[in-house]
Amino acid sequence: MSDLKFGTEEPTAEEKTAIDELLSEIGPAEIKLDERFVVSGRTRVKDRRRLLLPALHELQNTSGWISPGGLNYACKVLGIPPAEAYGVATFYHLFSHESPEAKDLIHVCDDVACRLFGAETLIEDLKDSGHKVKPSPCLGQCERAPSVLIQRTNKKDLTAVAESNNSLTAVNIEQVLTSETLTPQMTVPQKGSEGLSLLSRVGVVDPESIEGYMKFNGYDALKKALTIGPDKVIEEVTTSKLSGRGGAAFPTGVKWRAVADQVGRPRHLVCNADESEPGTFKDRTIMEGDPFALIEAMTIAGFSIGAEQGWLYLRGEYPVAAERLENAITESRKNGFLGENIAGTEFNFDIHLYKGAGAYICGEETALFNSIEGFRGEPRNKPPFPTTHGLFGEPTAINNVETLVNVLSILTLGGDKYAMQGTGNSTGTRLFCLSGRVVNPGVYEHPFGITLREVIETAGGVVNSKKIKAILLGGAAGSFVTSNYLDLPMTLEDTREAGVSLGSGVVMVFDESDDLPDTVRRIAQFFRDESCGQCVPCRVGTVRQEEVLARFTRNAPFDTDEELLEDLSVVMKDASICGLGHTASGAVLSAINLGLLERTR
Amino acid sequence: MNEIPVGAPRSQIEVQIDGKQVKAVEGATILNICQKEGIDTPTLCWAENLTPVNVCRVCVVEVEGSRTLVPSCSRPAEDGMVISTDSDRVRKSRKLVFELLDSSVDMDRSTTEVKEWMEHYEVDSSRMGSKNEIATVAQPPKIQDSLYVRDYERCILCYKCVEACGEDAQYTFAIATAGRGFDAHISTEFDVSLPDSACVYCGNCIGVCPTGALVFKTEHDMREEGTWDEETQEVTTTVCSFCGVGCNLELHVQDEKIVKVTSPADHSVTSGHLCIKGRFGWQHVQS
Ligand SMILES: Cc1cc2nc3c(=O)[nH]c(=O)nc-3n(C[C@H](O)[C@H](O)[C@H](O)COP(=O)(O)O)c2cc1C
Ligand code: SF4
Ligand code: SF4
Ligand code: SF4
Ligand code: FES
Ligand code: FES
Repeated sequence: MSDLKFGTEEPTAEEKTAIDELLSEIGPAEIKLDERFVVSGRTRVKDRRRLLLPALHELQNTSGWISPGGLNYACKVLGIPPAEAYGVATFYHLFSHESPEAKDLIHVCDDVACRLFGAETLIEDLKDSGHKVKPSPCLGQCERAPSVLIQRTNKKDLTAVAESNNSLTAVNIEQVLTSETLTPQMTVPQKGSEGLSLLSRVGVVDPESIEGYMKFNGYDALKKALTIGPDKVIEEVTTSKLSGRGGAAFPTGVKWRAVADQVGRPRHLVCNADESEPGTFKDRTIMEGDPFALIEAMTIAGFSIGAEQGWLYLRGEYPVAAERLENAITESRKNGFLGENIAGTEFNFDIHLYKGAGAYICGEETALFNSIEGFRGEPRNKPPFPTTHGLFGEPTAINNVETLVNVLSILTLGGDKYAMQGTGNSTGTRLFCLSGRVVNPGVYEHPFGITLREVIETAGGVVNSKKIKAILLGGAAGSFVTSNYLDLPMTLEDTREAGVSLGSGVVMVFDESDDLPDTVRRIAQFFRDESCGQCVPCRVGTVRQEEVLARFTRNAPFDTDEELLEDLSVVMKDASICGLGHTASGAVLSAINLGLLERTR
Repeated sequence: MNEIPVGAPRSQIEVQIDGKQVKAVEGATILNICQKEGIDTPTLCWAENLTPVNVCRVCVVEVEGSRTLVPSCSRPAEDGMVISTDSDRVRKSRKLVFELLDSSVDMDRSTTEVKEWMEHYEVDSSRMGSKNEIATVAQPPKIQDSLYVRDYERCILCYKCVEACGEDAQYTFAIATAGRGFDAHISTEFDVSLPDSACVYCGNCIGVCPTGALVFKTEHDMREEGTWDEETQEVTTTVCSFCGVGCNLELHVQDEKIVKVTSPADHSVTSGHLCIKGRFGWQHVQS
C-alpha cells in the first residue's frame, strides 16, 4: 500500500472551519496512523468515510461549490483519495464543480406536473431578470406547480410554490428571497376530518412541539412496544399484513423478522426518505406535518429488529422537512425518547439524519447505503440482500416513511384490527398524491380498495370538467392508464392483475388538451438524467429511449423506432442491475400501447 | 488473491447448464462453470485478477426461477440451479448490450476476443441512428506525457482500470468514475492531468483495458501513423531485472523494437500487474 497523494490547493478559512466542526463529531481532525490507508469495498473505515457526504454539503454551502482546496482538505482529514471524492461529488446534482456566478442558484422544476403549469415560462422569466437558473427534475411539490428550490451560499435553502397552480412568477420568488421565510408547503385537503390515520395529526398539531405531539397520543405506541417486547411487535406487524409503501410492496413483518434473526451485529434501521419519484410528495407531507411520528416509528422499528443506530436519509431538496426532523430528533433526545435508556428501559437508540444531494437513484436501497457510506450512489448487485448485507455490509432493515408511520396505528389498534381496513392482502390505508388537472391537488388518505374514480372525485374531479386523456399511476416508474381504468380498485392485487402498479401513490391527471408526447419524452429524459451510469443497458438504453421519444415529438420517428423501444424495454428489464433500469420503459411503453404518442393537434 | 482458503472443505454442488448436469465447488460463479465446461461467454468488465463489478452485462445468463437474467461473472452457482447460456432471451440481451456500446463508443481497437464476440452476436447498431445524430462519448484523446495515452472515446466504462489502480492491485487511487449516467467517465480529481495526479505510471490500467482506450504512447503513435501491425509482433517472456521480486514480463516486439510490455494475468507474482520500471523502463534502454 502506498500513501495517498493529495493536491496542493488550500481551503479557505471558512471551508476549513466548516470541515473541522463536522469532524468534531468523531474527534480531532487528525489521521490516526492505522487509518491512513482507506480502502473501499469490503474493508471500510466507516466512521470517517461516512462523513464525506456531510462534508460535501458543508463545502457547497460555505462556498457555493466544491472547490479544489476544500475537497483537498476534506480528503486529507477524512483519509479519502481525491479522485474518489471527486467521483462522489460529481455524482450529485446539488453540488457544483465550477466557481459560482451567483450566490443563489434557483432550481425550477420542469418535470411532468410543473411543465403543465408554466415551468418553462418561469425559467425564462427568472433568466430575464438576471437569476442563475437550473431546470430540475420533480421537486416533490407537484400539488402547487410550478415549484422551485433556491439553493443559497452560506444561508439556508428556501422553497417556493404557486399559491394556486400556474401562478408563480419571478416577482414571487424575489419576495421569498427577501423575506427568507420557510413556508410549509403541505396541502392536505382532508385535514382534520374523521377516520384519518396517517394524516390525523398533519395540519392539526404544531409540528415543532413535542408537547403538542404527546397530547395527540404521541409516544404511546413506543411505550406499548417497550412493554410487549420486540418479538411481539414484529408479530403485530406481521398480523397486520403491512406491506412496503416505497414501491415494491414487500411485507414489512417478514423483512423485520429476517433482520431480527441475524446473528451479525451491529444491525441498522434505515428510513428511506429520498422521495424523488416524479409526482410523489406524500412522505414530505408527513415529515413536515408530523415529524415526531416518523421519529417514534423509527425508534419502534429499531427496537424490534435489535438496532441501536437509525439512519434517516432525506432527499436534499426538502429544507423544511430537514429543519423539522432535526428539531424532532433534538426534542426527542431531550425528553428521553432517543439516546440511552429510552423511556427508562435498557434500550438505546439514536438517529443520524443524512441529506441527499439530488440523485433519484439514491432512493434505491443499496445505492442509499453507498451514499451514506461516502461512496457513489451506485446500486449494488443483489443478492446479497440488505437483511444480511446492508448498510456498512451489516444486517439492515430499510423502510419507506409511510410504511414506518403505519406501525404507530398497528400498535395502538393491534395488528388484527389494522388488517380489517382495506381488502384481502392490501390492508390499511394508503396515501395518494394527486396532481395535474384535478381541482384540489394534494395528499389524500384512503383505505385500499377505493376506485380510481373515487380517488379523483375526492380531489374535486377534473378542472373545468374536461375529459381525462390519461392518468399517470404510480409515478414515472409506473404507467399511464386511460379513463377505461377509472373503476379499478386501488389494491395491490387488482392493480397487479391489470398490469399497473400503485407505486408511490401517484395519481397525476392529464386532460384532453395536454401535450402527452411532450410528457412522455420528459419521463424518458428523467430516466436518462437519473441513471447512475453503472450498467450498460440502462446507461445507454435510457439515452436511446429518450432519443426515440424526441424523434416522436418532432414527428420524425424512424420506421424501426417502435420496435427499438420494445427491444430496449426487454433488455433494460432483463439485464440492468437495479429497479431504475427495470422500470425505465414502463410508462413509455404504456403510452405507446394506449396511443398517447399520436399527435392530435 | 492467490491465497488458498483455509477452513471447512467446500462442499460440492450440482447444477444443470444448457441441459447438462455438472458438478462444481460451492462458491464457484456461473462463469467459472461456463469456463470449465468450455462454454464461450463474453465478458467485458470481468477479469480473473479483479473483483467482479458486474456492470457491463454482456455475460448474462438465464436462471430458472429468476425474474431477470443474471450476471454470470458474479453470481455464485447454487445447488440445483438450471442455467441456460444460449437461449433467445440471453442472445437478445447480449446482442443489444453490445449494440448499445457500439453505438456510443469507438470499439475499433478492442481486443481480438471482444471483436469475435461482436461478430458472433451480429452486432449492428445502425438502427439507433448515425453517430452524428445521437449521443456518443466522442472526444479528443488525452496525451499528457510520453508514456501512455487515454483515449476515452473508446472507453466502455468497465471500471477495470479503476480497480487495477485501486484496491485490486496498485492502491494508488489516481483515477475513479466521476459524473453520472451517460456523463459518467473515468477521471482524476477535477480532471487534473496525469502528471499532476497521484498516478505512479505503473501501467496496470493499460494492462486491463479491453477496448484500447488506454494504450502505450508508442502504440498510439504507431496506430495513428498506420505502422502498428500486431501480426508481425513477437512476444518474448523474460524476468524483470530492475529488482529482486521476479516479475514476468512479456515484451512485444515489432521491427526489432519493444512496442509494449505486459505481464500474464495468471502469473503468481504479478497477477498481471507491474510497476513503472517493468512497464516503461525499456524506453530508457531503447532510447
Ligand atoms: C430507482 C429507485 C428509486 C427508489 N426510490 C425510493 C424512494 O425514494 N423512497 C422509498 O421509500 N423507496 C424507494 N425505492 C424502493 C427502495 O429500494 C426500497 O424498496 C424501499 O425503500 C423499501 O421500503 P418499503 O419496504 O417500506 O417500501 C426506490 C427504488 C428504486 C429502484
Ligand atoms: S439500472 Fe441504471 S441506475 Fe440501476 S445500476 Fe444500472 S445504470 Fe445504475
Ligand atoms: S498507471 Fe498505475 S497509478 Fe497511473 S492511473 Fe494507471 S493504474 Fe493508476
Ligand atoms: S479506460 Fe479502459 S479499462 Fe478503464 S473503464 Fe474505460 S474501457 Fe475500461
Ligand atoms: S414538483 Fe414539479 S413535477 Fe413534482
Ligand atoms: S462480465 Fe459480467 S457483467 Fe461484465
